[in-house]
Amino acid sequence: MSESAMDRIAQATPSGIARRMRGLSDRAIAWIFVAPTIFLLLAINIFPLAWTIRLSLTNYRANRAGAELEWVGLRNYTRILTDRDIWLTMQATAHFLIWTLVLQVVLGFALAYLINKKFRGNDLWTTIIVLPMMLSPAVVGNFWTFLYQPQIGLFNYAVSFFTGIDPSSFSMIGSVDLAPWAIVIVDTWMWTPFVMLICLAGLRSIPGYIYEAAAIDRASPWRQFWTITVPMVLPFLMLAVLFRGIENFKMFDLVVQLTGGGPGSVTELTSINLKREAFEKWRTGYASAYAIILFVTVFGLASIYVKALNKVKER
Amino acid sequence: MSSYSITEPSPRQKWVAGTMVVLYAVVTLLPLVWIVATGFKSPSDAIAYPPKVIFEPTLEGYVNLFTTRTRMNPEALEAHGPPQTWYDAIVRQYDMVISGPSRFGDRFLNSVIIGFGSTFLSVFLGTLAAYAFSRFKVPLKDDLLFFILSTRMMPPIAVAIPIFLMFRTLGLSDTHLGMILLYTAVNISLAVWLLKGFIDEIPREYEEAALIDGYTRFQAFYKVVLPQAATGIASTAIFCLIFSWNEYAFAVLLTSGTAQTAPPFIPTIIGIGKDWPAVAAGATLFLLPVMIFTILLRKHLLRGITFGAVRK
Repeated sequence: MSESAMDRIAQATPSGIARRMRGLSDRAIAWIFVAPTIFLLLAINIFPLAWTIRLSLTNYRANRAGAELEWVGLRNYTRILTDRDIWLTMQATAHFLIWTLVLQVVLGFALAYLINKKFRGNDLWTTIIVLPMMLSPAVVGNFWTFLYQPQIGLFNYAVSFFTGIDPSSFSMIGSVDLAPWAIVIVDTWMWTPFVMLICLAGLRSIPGYIYEAAAIDRASPWRQFWTITVPMVLPFLMLAVLFRGIENFKMFDLVVQLTGGGPGSVTELTSINLKREAFEKWRTGYASAYAIILFVTVFGLASIYVKALNKVKER
Repeated sequence: MSSYSITEPSPRQKWVAGTMVVLYAVVTLLPLVWIVATGFKSPSDAIAYPPKVIFEPTLEGYVNLFTTRTRMNPEALEAHGPPQTWYDAIVRQYDMVISGPSRFGDRFLNSVIIGFGSTFLSVFLGTLAAYAFSRFKVPLKDDLLFFILSTRMMPPIAVAIPIFLMFRTLGLSDTHLGMILLYTAVNISLAVWLLKGFIDEIPREYEEAALIDGYTRFQAFYKVVLPQAATGIASTAIFCLIFSWNEYAFAVLLTSGTAQTAPPFIPTIIGIGKDWPAVAAGATLFLLPVMIFTILLRKHLLRGITFGAVRK
């Protein structure tokens, strides 16, 4: 648009602008409305991602910006895939992922099933259960280190209250055996409500007449549960597992604040390990390759899973 | 057959279900109650064993959270002249010990600026895009929508390195504007998808009527569609706000001082002197707005969370 045309629009009365806007085709309006979003995503998501791929082929170090960039091809990738320590962090991640998913699915489904019984005041109690997932994981993780203190923490006190074990005899975040469970417990506390809400949506989508028909056929409540409730909720449950799986695969904030990856490196999940490589050891190129491998892994696993999910839905 | 229909649980079932859910809720609530209570304890009460349920409440944690004074005991403070701020006055009155200067006030303000700034921007841009996707024939619409959603799967760390370099080059690192743009980019996929759902539900006939009455597309958009979509816009805004309020990974990697938000800061209070009441006070103040939102707007929040599940 030329300078003078801009001026003319600027000086026009509101009705003048309106008349001009009427002149814009729907197609033009659509582009004007969509363009800023696409531009922002390209600038802050896609461009950096492409840049990460490029850096992953170099030995670049962000703390030595002046140094000459050397192309190393796929060497970063082969080094990561053959590194024993990285496989250990993968194991820690897998342990975390599997146990949080198992616990959250079991607890989340059970809670949704109970809440669906529509007892009095269930709205209030549901809101209380949902609170933890609304909070900042970093702040929550930080505060749980206080609850986990062996001498003074509420958690050890509660355990000793119910079991009689000496509260100062064990440390949830200081012990190599217990620390992986410490992060599983907090993540389950925080995210079970998410699985619960999605299961609840699934339960509420089952029309009552199916149960009535089953009852006329004299199906026992147990049978109804396994042949109606579970299959109908399964697609919802699998979706919840997908969301939680993606989130927990890239888990960072909660665990960083809770254990910082320790003791030793038993709770060092992949993204914590990655942060160490990128922002403490400043091996930018290496860390970029690492990030791409993780990204591809999440995407690959997620798309295989989505295929399975679609099969379940088709049934 | 009993007087209850098959789909309506019996009173006994309801009682059992209710009891179990309430038990779970109480266990869930306990750590939160403990955070709030610890914020009002004195440092010695906070680390007492067995844990103190009954204690004398004090504002010491909150004072230490906000004070910008250096470490000081009551005598040193006495020598300092008349009290200059509200916390000076409280410290004097109760003979407290200041454990060190804190920057919580600034960090909290940063959270407010960045949180609300990015929320406004994501909802503004998201509404425009969602309207276009809902009403117009956009070329490659499905591909674009999927592209927008897929950006949300990206782990923050995977793009953090180049964003760090890019922000450094553009002079955006550790600035409010940089963080607002970044959080907007992360939030916008959710905003577009949620808002498209809400706008889809508004009948097209309303706008068509307005167009026939001589409104332009723009007038129809902001006079007819926007008011109809108000609740949807509000609940989308709350989701965006909760995200940028709680975000930690980008904040800790990309900010160090001026634009640092509260989540990376609160854990560092502990480094100042293991001052658990101050940490608890900071956590309480920070968690409180979200808790209040959740309780006030639970119907909308639940709808938003389960949205993805219900649609698919």
